[in-house]
Amino acid sequence: MKIEIITPDKKIFEGDIKSVRVPGKKGSFQVLKDHAPIISTLENGSVIMVDQEGKETIYEINGGVIEVKANKIILLADSVR
Amino acid sequence: MANLKEIRIRITSVKSTRQITSAMKMVSAAKLRKAQDKIVRLRPYANKLHEILVGLSQSLSDSEVDNIFERVSSPEKVLIVVITSNRGLCGAFNSNVIKEAKRVISEKYYDQFKKGNLKLLTIGKKGFDYFRKQSVNLLPEQNNLLHDLSFDNVARVAEQVMSSFTAGDFDRVELIYNQFKNAAVQNLTNELFLPVETVPAGKVKITPVDYIYEPNQEEIIKELIPKSLKIQFYKAVLDSFVAEHGARMTAMHKATDNATGMIRDLTLLYNKARQATITNQILEVVSGAEALRG
Repeated sequence: MKIEIITPDKKIFEGDIKSVRVPGKKGSFQVLKDHAPIISTLENGSVIMVDQEGKETIYEINGGVIEVKANKIILLADSVR
Repeated sequence: MANLKEIRIRITSVKSTRQITSAMKMVSAAKLRKAQDKIVRLRPYANKLHEILVGLSQSLSDSEVDNIFERVSSPEKVLIVVITSNRGLCGAFNSNVIKEAKRVISEKYYDQFKKGNLKLLTIGKKGFDYFRKQSVNLLPEQNNLLHDLSFDNVARVAEQVMSSFTAGDFDRVELIYNQFKNAAVQNLTNELFLPVETVPAGKVKITPVDYIYEPNQEEIIKELIPKSLKIQFYKAVLDSFVAEHGARMTAMHKATDNATGMIRDLTLLYNKARQATITNQILEVVSGAEALRG
């Protein structure tokens, strides 16, 4: 599953991951492989990614929007701390 | 004919000027590259956001979303955002923007200007210095924005503008800036910032996907429109910043070329004068010897 995390200033991360948990507006949710297509706005909070080896990476974001489509995730964050 | 010493002094001074202009050209070239990278990095974000927005607005009819940024009324209170540079020596870069702003004020929005309902927001010291001396209402300048150009800083200014629009302080906001085309060419742009024109369907082809929307389409659109406005504002400032360095690079390149030409001419003049004095001296020696002999 591919993910891209982009802010207006730069591309923060691009790569293969196993799962990601994002702070959705209606509550935090996790995206796994073959997730249904979704567009959701995001709150301030942490994005927790788990890569293929099971290693966790955490980014703190300030709001944004996520689009998931055909195992491709695009996360537009306003800024990443 | 000017004397030798005078010409020599001029040659030295032109040479040192050429050194400065060529150094400035080099600095601008480096800054131009860096600033261009910023635009390139912004592009994926802007494109994706636009794509999502277009996709959403196609699936929603216009009446479903009451957009606070979309109030269309005949403009009574106008804000013009004038983006210039903080420093000079960049050719006609700043004067073009100032000229256009003046034209807009005196032609398009003269009534509003007369009633005192026209305000200017200047980003960049050059525009601020000019309009400070005119009888125009200025908002607090935002010159330091260009020192540390990042999305967060620009977004803050954009937010101020947007909130004063929603509060009814203005009902029309326009941006005047130089758009970067290439290092030698800037396009003077006068762009409507607010109210928002409905997102054009454009040529972006979107395959209809059955998305889950969270929380729902309207909420998302409401949240994305300010975002895309901020991006538009940021892009304008960034564009102007890149164009500034392009303009300065070209101006300094021309100055360096001119200096080189001048040095060539002056050297020629110097050599001519030198030869003339030598000829004169020989003539004097020869005639002096001749006089003694006779």
